[in-house]
Amino acid sequence: MTLLQLTSLRKNYGSVAALDGVALSVPAGSRTAIVGPSGCGKTTLLRLVAGFDEPDGGTISFDGQVLADGTFQMPAHKRGIGIVAQDGCLFPHLTVSQNIGFGMEAGRAVKEARAAELMDMVGLDRAMLSRKPDQLSGGQQQRVALARALARKPRLMLLDEPFSALDTGLRAATRKAVTEVLTAAGITTLLVTHDQGEALAFADQVAVMRAGRFAQVGSPRDVYSRPVDATTATFLGEAIVLPATIGEGRADSPLGLLDVDDVAYRGRAAIMLRPEQISVTREGRGGVGEGAVGTIAEITFCGPTCDVRITLPDASSFRLDIPSREAFSAGDEIRIGVSGAAHVFR
Amino acid sequence: MSQESSHGVSAPRKDPIARKDLLALDLCGEHGDDGGGGLHFVHDATRVGSAMTSATDTMVSASPRHRLPTASSWTLMIAVLVAVLALMPLGFVLWATVVTGWETAIQLIFRGRVGDLLINTVLLILLTLPVCAALAVALAWATERTDIPGARFWSWMAVAPLTVPAFVHSYAWIGLWPGLNGLGAGVAVSVVAYFPFMYLPVSAAFRLLDPALEDQAASLGLAPFAVFRRVVLPQLRLALCGGALLIGLHLLAEYGLFAMIRFDTFTTAIIDQFQSTYNGVAAYMLALVLVLCCFVLLGLEAALRGRSRYARLGSGVARRAKVARLGAWKYPLLILPLVTAAFSLGIPALTLGRWLIAGGAGIWRMEEIGLALWQTLAICLVGGLTTTAAAVPIAWLSVRRPTRASRFLEGCYYLASSMPGVVVALALVTITVRAILPLYQTVATIVLAYVVMFLPRALVSLRASIAQVPVELEQAAASLGRSPGNALWSTTVRLAAPGAAAGVALSSLGIMNELTATQMLAPNGTRTLAMAFWALTSEIDYAGAAPYALLMVVFSMPLTWLLHHQSKKIAGR
Repeated sequence: MTLLQLTSLRKNYGSVAALDGVALSVPAGSRTAIVGPSGCGKTTLLRLVAGFDEPDGGTISFDGQVLADGTFQMPAHKRGIGIVAQDGCLFPHLTVSQNIGFGMEAGRAVKEARAAELMDMVGLDRAMLSRKPDQLSGGQQQRVALARALARKPRLMLLDEPFSALDTGLRAATRKAVTEVLTAAGITTLLVTHDQGEALAFADQVAVMRAGRFAQVGSPRDVYSRPVDATTATFLGEAIVLPATIGEGRADSPLGLLDVDDVAYRGRAAIMLRPEQISVTREGRGGVGEGAVGTIAEITFCGPTCDVRITLPDASSFRLDIPSREAFSAGDEIRIGVSGAAHVFR
Repeated sequence: MSQESSHGVSAPRKDPIARKDLLALDLCGEHGDDGGGGLHFVHDATRVGSAMTSATDTMVSASPRHRLPTASSWTLMIAVLVAVLALMPLGFVLWATVVTGWETAIQLIFRGRVGDLLINTVLLILLTLPVCAALAVALAWATERTDIPGARFWSWMAVAPLTVPAFVHSYAWIGLWPGLNGLGAGVAVSVVAYFPFMYLPVSAAFRLLDPALEDQAASLGLAPFAVFRRVVLPQLRLALCGGALLIGLHLLAEYGLFAMIRFDTFTTAIIDQFQSTYNGVAAYMLALVLVLCCFVLLGLEAALRGRSRYARLGSGVARRAKVARLGAWKYPLLILPLVTAAFSLGIPALTLGRWLIAGGAGIWRMEEIGLALWQTLAICLVGGLTTTAAAVPIAWLSVRRPTRASRFLEGCYYLASSMPGVVVALALVTITVRAILPLYQTVATIVLAYVVMFLPRALVSLRASIAQVPVELEQAAASLGRSPGNALWSTTVRLAAPGAAAGVALSSLGIMNELTATQMLAPNGTRTLAMAFWALTSEIDYAGAAPYALLMVVFSMPLTWLLHHQSKKIAGR
């Protein structure tokens, strides 16, 4: 069942189209991530769904009810959609307890009891309830912000880069905690982030956004291994893009004959490999191996991995991280093995 | 949409001491550097400033504490000396009380006259402050947060009444309604004369509020009015407290405004005593009660302000606030700024214009006006330069060698400057007459009074500009072989010159419109613009006084422009 449905949503700031016809359906109980570079319009999209801004065109419907179209706009306070902002956005003049109770309509005792429960839920010590937001760390502020939004029991939760202000270690832990809390509460979630790893790890559905449009929407595995174009591919992770001639499920490429994931296509096209599909071995050790032969043009030791640039016989080159346990040096000849199918950009 | 990541926004420092110097308060937000996106420097005693900005004093604490023994101990000694001089009036009032003896003191304090004055004062403050607050919040909301036609123009119009000295406001009202007197008149004229002191910090606070908090409140189910009450108003509290304190101290200190409409306050009563009978003890006891009133205000404000942090918590640059679309209400709402401007600017313009036309060329007695103007400019310049020079040691210390002692000293200056001019003048008159008669009614004494009253104005500008000069420049100069004093002179002092100039300008303009202390302390034969204006209105020569009022308004214009400009700058827009 679809909880949130966006149809050809448009929003302009002056002459700049921040959103240029966005469509998305978010199934109830799912986690959807919208990922894109800075300025692609993803925060605008979230603000439209939350009701902070009005769309210039298109509709937003939530649970069968229209929240906004070209003429009608339901105000934010009547939508019942929770939001956790990038910096938590706690009210600086209120205590943690008052922040959590802010949106509740109940007596003081009920609010306080509920605030304490929510503190347990987001994994914070109840002793913090009487503190002011500036006495909390960044991660704690985010958890309080989540508790505050959860207090209203929203059916949809919007997360606007809620982890990006945290340092790396804390980020993963907070993300995991938030995911668990939201899953346990059965709340549909829409996450906006510029961190592709975060999007892929968090969501069941990933929408890749670029210049006000969705370049691709799909499951994390799907968008990662079968991106629609080279830009999307490199945005989601390292990618090796090569020219190839394709026919009968095989591609003739500078890396030799490779399996491809598109058996129907024939002709010239670009193909993509993810670095984890590639393995390199020293040439001449295991006799005549399979795969193409390349030369290490540059190599930089980075600890667990080495950053290498490999040139191929046709003078094209690509770069790759390889495990540093094997000591290659510049000028070494290597044999390049490929596992799995290459993805074809049609 | 892009998430700029400029960090380093944190809490303003809490300051224990208040002062009445809005002008200085508002000049606190000189940018350290714009690249950081935040303001790097806010004077710690500038409560209005701290209400307005989410900036911090990092620069101060960032300076390393290397010892420059000779230079800083000399500076400290001078700073202590200035502080002792500044606290002299306050000390004098306390000393006078002790000398008077408890019995006489109690007799003089607990009498009907003092009770009446106290009732007048309390009522005046209790009635004026809420009206000012409501007007300031309404106007600030209209000009900052709605699409009211001509928002920028109305914003200027809300600050413009500051160009008109308070006593010229009441002169203007008397010109229209000659019978005006009493509490009602006092409240009405005080509101139009002083509400900009609240409008400035409140409108700046509106600009600095993070609209994300309002969005967040809406997403938590609050209707727009509830958002205003529960999220916006609490965050304006610091600005309102600061503005209220400032207006309260002005109400306590003002003489001309209330004397003109025959409304008795402690200040007018002290001057009456002083002028008629030179009844020392009674005047001292009135001054004591007045000083206690100031302390009550300072304490109340400190208690109300609390210790809470109101700065924006997150990192990055705040989104700009959304403007409320008024629709059909657009024109009805215009009534608010229109009526306000009619009373606060229209009435002075009307009266002044009428007298200037009625007086014709006859009232422009150029010789007298020229002399008054020359004397005013001379005393302003001397006073401004001295005040700024006196502020240099503490400004340098508080930026480069911030210690508990330097903060305490600063507190002393602010406390001293929040004493009403009449108390300062009374103390200096008595001290010079009794102890050092040659200094009585000399330029030296009156300049000292100005230093006491206006030092914070100079201090804030100086501090801001010294803080902008990296201490590394001084160190570089030292490493290139300059002596500490020479290094200081060739780097920090040179680069802080614009701030010093601003300090001179601000304190000079304060001196220009000062009437109370000037009248009591001015050397014989001196007649500043304010004194001449006052003398002429006392003779009911309203037409003759008009040119002087006009000159004061004209000279106050740059100051008001500066204030408004700086309050915008603090908000980074």
